[in-house]
Amino acid sequence: MEKLKLLGTYTSPFNRRVMWALKLKGVPFEYIEEDLFTNKSELLLKSNPVYKKIPVLIHNGKPISESTVILEYIEETWPENPLLPVDPHERAIARFWIKFMEDKDKAKKDCLEVLRTIEEHGLKEDKKFFGGTNIGLTDLVFGLLAYQWELMEEIVGVKLMEVHSFPRLHTWAENFKSVSVIKENLPDRDRLFARLKGRKEVLVGSSKSH
Amino acid sequence: MADEVVLLDFWPSFFGMRARIALAEKGIYYQYRDEDLQDKSPLLLQMNPVNKKIPVLVHNGKPICESLIIVQYIDETWKGKSPLLPSNPLQQAQARFWADYVDKKIFPSLRDTWSTTGEQQEAARKEFIEALKVLEGELGEKPYFGGDSFGFLDVSLVPFYSWFYAVEKCGNFSTEAESPKIIAWAKRCMERESVAKSLPDSEKVYNYVLENKKKMGLE
Repeated sequence: MEKLKLLGTYTSPFNRRVMWALKLKGVPFEYIEEDLFTNKSELLLKSNPVYKKIPVLIHNGKPISESTVILEYIEETWPENPLLPVDPHERAIARFWIKFMEDKDKAKKDCLEVLRTIEEHGLKEDKKFFGGTNIGLTDLVFGLLAYQWELMEEIVGVKLMEVHSFPRLHTWAENFKSVSVIKENLPDRDRLFARLKGRKEVLVGSSKSH
Repeated sequence: MADEVVLLDFWPSFFGMRARIALAEKGIYYQYRDEDLQDKSPLLLQMNPVNKKIPVLVHNGKPICESLIIVQYIDETWKGKSPLLPSNPLQQAQARFWADYVDKKIFPSLRDTWSTTGEQQEAARKEFIEALKVLEGELGEKPYFGGDSFGFLDVSLVPFYSWFYAVEKCGNFSTEAESPKIIAWAKRCMERESVAKSLPDSEKVYNYVLENKKKMGLE
């Protein structure tokens, strides 16, 4: 039996997207919750010496770090229930939106502009998911928009992702959350709320629009 | 039907160079178009409406954006010759991880070494040298990052070599002294026609950097 371990934290969206991918493919794994603030485990430090961050996937003793690299690895290793299209151009589009989301994470730019770009360019009228008719890696990377956004709006006290302004995003979020693996593996609302509230200043900063 | 391949690019861009090298490795005939970034062409704006950035590969009218995504696309579409990504998933993951490291660590520190001064420049220079040393460790005794064959990570990193001379002059240090194995690797890569043809002359890059520093008011 292949040994598969995932080092992560409950509230991290980077960790959650990897969990979703493994569960969508029906791949069993051992999950290890890391304490990032007081005590990073020896295993984590040894497995990701470059960044010392979660998530880290350890497969038969070999570590893989960086969530998007892990997602591609999972797709390559367990091709059943594919999460990337077969056509190279479609794959390039999926990867483009994954990179888009990663870059915006780092830049913490104008939220509204990011949402507008996704609404206008990322989601086309007849697409159920970013990948088309089936859920894919891009949907998993955008996943936190489906469950975290409402909580953030509540904490910050500003409604940003209005239904009438972002109809496609709202439809996508509903489609995403209705996939049974996703529905059964969303973070607990209260636990997430407590975590996000602690980062209110960061959220207030990033919710301002120009 | 013949393939129509166009590359929208800008000659000093290391991201553009990645696409050029990959196309050359595969022996693909394409039309190169140099963009004026102060006056972007309608084609660029149409093909990359989200970021409006080069490089963009246009294959039979369909755009592919982001340099590493372009390299993967080229590898997946033209499979017969010179495979760039390893077939083993773990080795693939390692190549992707380190290419991402290059984007996170080499690109910003190299940029800040030439485009800033004082403490900020000093910090950038330190980060750049540190990142080169880490990559040197990853290379080890292998001829290429890909092992015996030139591969994805080699393509991702080697374009920055064309900028080494410029940053050395700006930052007042020697990459050869700090990371000799990286320089040896880069020179080995430059012996490949695909790389030699795709990288601009170092002196030309240095003049471009000087022009930009002048425009920014940094002498």
